Amino acid sequence: MAKKKAKLSLLQKRMRTGYLFILPWFIGFVLFYVRSLIMTGQFAFSELTMNAGEGGYSLTFTGLDNFIYAFRAHATFKQVLTTSIGNMLVDVPLIIFFSLFMSLLLNKKFPGRFIVRAIFFLPIILNADAITAALELSAAMMNGGISTMATEVVENATATSSGMSMDYFIDLFMSLGIPTSLLDYVMAAVARINDIISASGVQIIIFIAALQSITPSMYEVAKIEGATGYETFWKVTFPMVMPHIVTNVVYTIIDNFARSEVVELAYDTAFTQFNYGLSSVFSLVSTIITCIILVVVVGFIQKKTFYYN
Amino acid sequence: MTQYLDRVAKTFQDEDQRKSLFNDVKNLLISIGRIAILVGVSYVILSPIIGIIVNSFSSNKDAVNPMVYVLPHEPTLEKYKLVIERMDYLPTMLKDLAYSASLMVLQILVCSMVGYGFARFNFPLKSLLFGFVVVMIVIPGHSIMLPLYMTFKEFDPLGLATAITGAPINLMGTPIPMYIMTVFGCGVRSGLYIYIFNQFFRGLPKEIEEAAFVDGAGVWYTYFRIMLVNAMPSVITVAVFSLVWQFNDTFYANLFLIPENIVISKKISSLQMVIANVDKILEANIQELYLDAGIVLVILPIVIIYCLLQRHFIEGVERSGIVG
Repeated sequence: MAKKKAKLSLLQKRMRTGYLFILPWFIGFVLFYVRSLIMTGQFAFSELTMNAGEGGYSLTFTGLDNFIYAFRAHATFKQVLTTSIGNMLVDVPLIIFFSLFMSLLLNKKFPGRFIVRAIFFLPIILNADAITAALELSAAMMNGGISTMATEVVENATATSSGMSMDYFIDLFMSLGIPTSLLDYVMAAVARINDIISASGVQIIIFIAALQSITPSMYEVAKIEGATGYETFWKVTFPMVMPHIVTNVVYTIIDNFARSEVVELAYDTAFTQFNYGLSSVFSLVSTIITCIILVVVVGFIQKKTFYYN
Repeated sequence: MTQYLDRVAKTFQDEDQRKSLFNDVKNLLISIGRIAILVGVSYVILSPIIGIIVNSFSSNKDAVNPMVYVLPHEPTLEKYKLVIERMDYLPTMLKDLAYSASLMVLQILVCSMVGYGFARFNFPLKSLLFGFVVVMIVIPGHSIMLPLYMTFKEFDPLGLATAITGAPINLMGTPIPMYIMTVFGCGVRSGLYIYIFNQFFRGLPKEIEEAAFVDGAGVWYTYFRIMLVNAMPSVITVAVFSLVWQFNDTFYANLFLIPENIVISKKISSLQMVIANVDKILEANIQELYLDAGIVLVILPIVIIYCLLQRHFIEGVERSGIVG
């Protein structure tokens, strides 16, 4: 009995130390996240006026006015929201496939591997807003010399750079009977290759780490049983990487959302037009939609995911 | 010639040799394909950077000369001279590096502590609380930016500031909000770092700690002197991530109105305006060259740090806890 009591108190002591370790984060989370989310919710349902003289602000409850304005009257919100979500739905699968493919290539041993990896992870360290904008411009200019930096070039960059007529190929594929929607998707993918590559650095890292963590004995077994490389990929590599596809999808959706136009719109509305209530509505609506997409997509993938342990 | 043909014919008759030849050709094709893809993608990544570097050395004439492609005819350092002056480069860069590095140290300390707490201690509501960490990663910064702005504009923790000075303190325009947020584990992408550390500590064998306990080390001593040292791969990973992302961050820098002479990436955004207004360089093409020189200067230290650490960094990422 006495022994049990002593053990219990040790457990409790460990418990208390555990709380001590996470305490700073917990305080921050409550102070900055929980409180802020509640306030954002409040702002969305009210009209906020800054008191210029003595500082502070006052809220007047307006009910759903802000929401109604955002969806019925605001000029660009609905359009920006739908394009942001559309882009997300196009980009996420592309980024996942691309990064999986690239990590498979990079995981092999070949001369110069370190240099290639260093290049591939460069986009992670160069993803500041100002730098990204300049890089995009520069990418367009590389395709047409310094003097031809008109904006049209940016849009047609992929078409003109190779010196062949893209229209010809599009016509060709159209007449071959390939569905237009598929063709559009591929075209969109090609046009955004820059964005996709620069957005998939972290995902490649995660996939490489996942590939490294697969035990070699599995491949040995597959080889002894006479599996081809194709079969090995689908029966061993892919299922083992599957849990990390979930991680990557989550990361990609969040990352994509954080860079989307809705976020910019919300920021502008708050800090250049000083319409805090409306900005909160934009933030809230887009966050909720993203969360719904996250839950649906992750739930769907998780159903198909194979967990080794 | 006939000898050669004979040999080829023999090769094709023998099944084993045919197979091995076929395999050789297949492997060759695969590796050529791989090299092509890797070179292609590397080009897509590097080309804008090459473009920026080239532009930054071009003279005004080169900018309008359609014959110029990649190599400028009259390379010049004049762009750099002006940009260094206008950006007040060296002092700003040093201040920014000090700012980012101090926040990096805080991030490592706080996030590893929290990650360790989640990984090694059992307490009620643990999984719920860890769920909150994930929520923190998921919530986009912009959805809480307004309340954060308000909080720090009239910073009044527990009414202390009002009690002492009679009014809440305005922390806008100083880096203090960033430090406060980071100390409380809510800095730039702190959630992600907590997650990384948690995964890594969970992967370390428990025996290390038990040995330390048996030898009479306290919990805090074990954490600082043993666990943190063992977690070096993930410490390096988080160090690189947090230094770089802090350095690149403009979201919080703009939100807290942190002055330009601490955050150099903000200077980049205003550089074009400065060049246009102060130096009366009004052609967009030419302004672009100055902007490119500025960008080269800003990313230079980061790229150097990255090159120095990249081997450790990539190994760290592979071994550390990004993957559970």
